[in-house]
Amino acid sequence: MLAEFWQEYGQMLAEGTGTTLYMTLASTLMAYVLGIPMGIILVVTAPGGLKPNAPVYKVMDFIVNIVRSIPFLILLIMIMPFTRLIVGQSYGSTATVVPLVVSAAPFIARMVESSLLEVDHGVIEAAQSMGADNWTIIWKVMLTEARTSLIVGATIALGTILGYSAMAGTVGGGGLGDIAIRYGYYRYETNVMLITVVLLVLLVQIMQAIGMKISKKLDKRITG
Amino acid sequence: MGADENTIIRVENVSKTFSGKDGQVEALKNINLDIHQGDIFGIIGMSGAGKSTLVRCLNFLERPTEGHVFIDGKDLSGLNEKELRAERTQIAMIFQHFNLLMQRNVIDNVCFPMEILGISKAKARKRALELLEEVDLADKAKSYPAQLSGGQKQRVAIARALASDPKILLCDEATSALDPTTTKSILALLKEINEKHGITIVIITHAMSVVQEICNRVAIIDGGTLAETGTVLEVFSRPKSRAAMKLVYPDGGDTSVAEMKGRHCIRIVFSSNSSFEPVIGNMVLYCNAPVNILLADTRDIGGIAQGQMILQLPEDEQVAARMIAYLRERNLGVEELDGYVG
Ligand SMILES: Nc1ncnc2c1ncn2[C@@H]1O[C@H](COP(=O)(O)OP(=O)(O)OP(=O)(O)O)[C@@H](O)[C@H]1O
Ligand SMILES: [Mg+2]
Repeated sequence: MLAEFWQEYGQMLAEGTGTTLYMTLASTLMAYVLGIPMGIILVVTAPGGLKPNAPVYKVMDFIVNIVRSIPFLILLIMIMPFTRLIVGQSYGSTATVVPLVVSAAPFIARMVESSLLEVDHGVIEAAQSMGADNWTIIWKVMLTEARTSLIVGATIALGTILGYSAMAGTVGGGGLGDIAIRYGYYRYETNVMLITVVLLVLLVQIMQAIGMKISKKLDKRITG
Repeated sequence: MGADENTIIRVENVSKTFSGKDGQVEALKNINLDIHQGDIFGIIGMSGAGKSTLVRCLNFLERPTEGHVFIDGKDLSGLNEKELRAERTQIAMIFQHFNLLMQRNVIDNVCFPMEILGISKAKARKRALELLEEVDLADKAKSYPAQLSGGQKQRVAIARALASDPKILLCDEATSALDPTTTKSILALLKEINEKHGITIVIITHAMSVVQEICNRVAIIDGGTLAETGTVLEVFSRPKSRAAMKLVYPDGGDTSVAEMKGRHCIRIVFSSNSSFEPVIGNMVLYCNAPVNILLADTRDIGGIAQGQMILQLPEDEQVAARMIAYLRERNLGVEELDGYVG
């Protein structure tokens, strides 16, 4: 019975898991490539920051707030022309990466911002008193001192983006979400849907565990 | 204030006004100050007096609203960002809360200023080890700040401050978070650094004992203005301003000094770990002569119990001298207040 089930669905589920992982990791990576600079700009240009710049700060703050308040599925449909422009088509796993990145980048920018704001102002001041320039302070003080918090943030981001990718699956995005919808909703094959849910839960758990382990390992403030 | 060859820090008409939501705060008002090469210069004042603001003006972490700061004759307000950063590598700073990089181990913390200067890694590590040796922490090179005590953290901060070979070391309440014994050892280390490296040290504090322990000159800041400045002996034995009197005679400078009569008035300062009542009692028993306690006062300054007494000693010179010797033997600060002979 179980063997039969694997016979029939095993390869599809494995591929679905692979696709989901691909979408999640690729989107998270690219969203970070955008989100980290955005978060840094927010912190640096904020009033009282390293280089306060009200116009830049306000524009960035506004963009982040706007994009974050658009529900993911609506954003996905809204930017389809843009997606098509970039990947040549508006469906499939690679196409899903585009709205995932657009939607996650501002969210990541906010998490990076809050992680960097946690860095003790005294340490930044100490670096300034040593004659460090702003780049050195950003790289060697802020990002380094905040790394534990940044990794915890990345773990949360991965989980969230995985959830979004499953959502995208429901509108033809591929991956486990796609399978769950096709089999669970259209074909009433509940057990297939259940298995995909179990797989999704497992993926989130594994990522969560790895992220936490890394962040703990890297945190030198913990003694013993 | 004539141009003095020896002046390493000159503060000229410096004012600083903060404008916040609830109006403006005049943190510093027209401060003039000369600090000489090799000084251990104390800046003392009550909380909110403007001490931190003043010391942060010395390396332009805070830009004065008005006035100039000259370091070795160089006007900081005339420098661009890059030149200012270069100048700052020569003006090290240590802080009340140490401000170490928590994610770097001790030796990498000490290497940080050298990274900023672009010194090669191998050279920096070698120098860092020497410095850790100097502050007696070579065995903690691989530890992280979270594993160190407050005193050890401040030692790391001092080693880090020395890494760029600065000519000036600014200390903002560097011992305020430490217990009295640790405070003493950190102050001793600072003194050693001053003597060995010839580094000019500026110490911000609200504890009189700190100034008395190591400073040669002192400025008293009160409500953003410079109330008094001079050698520690001058200011502490003959305080002129109200602010100075308040610090030296916390019970009110108006009454205590005038009452002293007789030839041998002395002021004793108790450090925190001396319990003074038995000492005076024993002294009286030992010398077999009475003393008149003109003023006795203790209070808690920044967690450090601080006490002082003004005694009128017997007219007999010999007995008086014996008493002074007795007190000094017990490591108490004794100052003769001849200036106030009535
Ligand atoms: N960034 C700032 N913005 C507004 N006001 C400030 C700022 N920094 C200091 N002040 C004000 O300036 C005055 C002097 O502050 P400062 O920190 O120099 O005092 P302090 O003598 O160092 O006190 P403490 O002993 O408590 O450290 C205070 O009234 C303070 O509120
Ligand atoms: Mg202060």
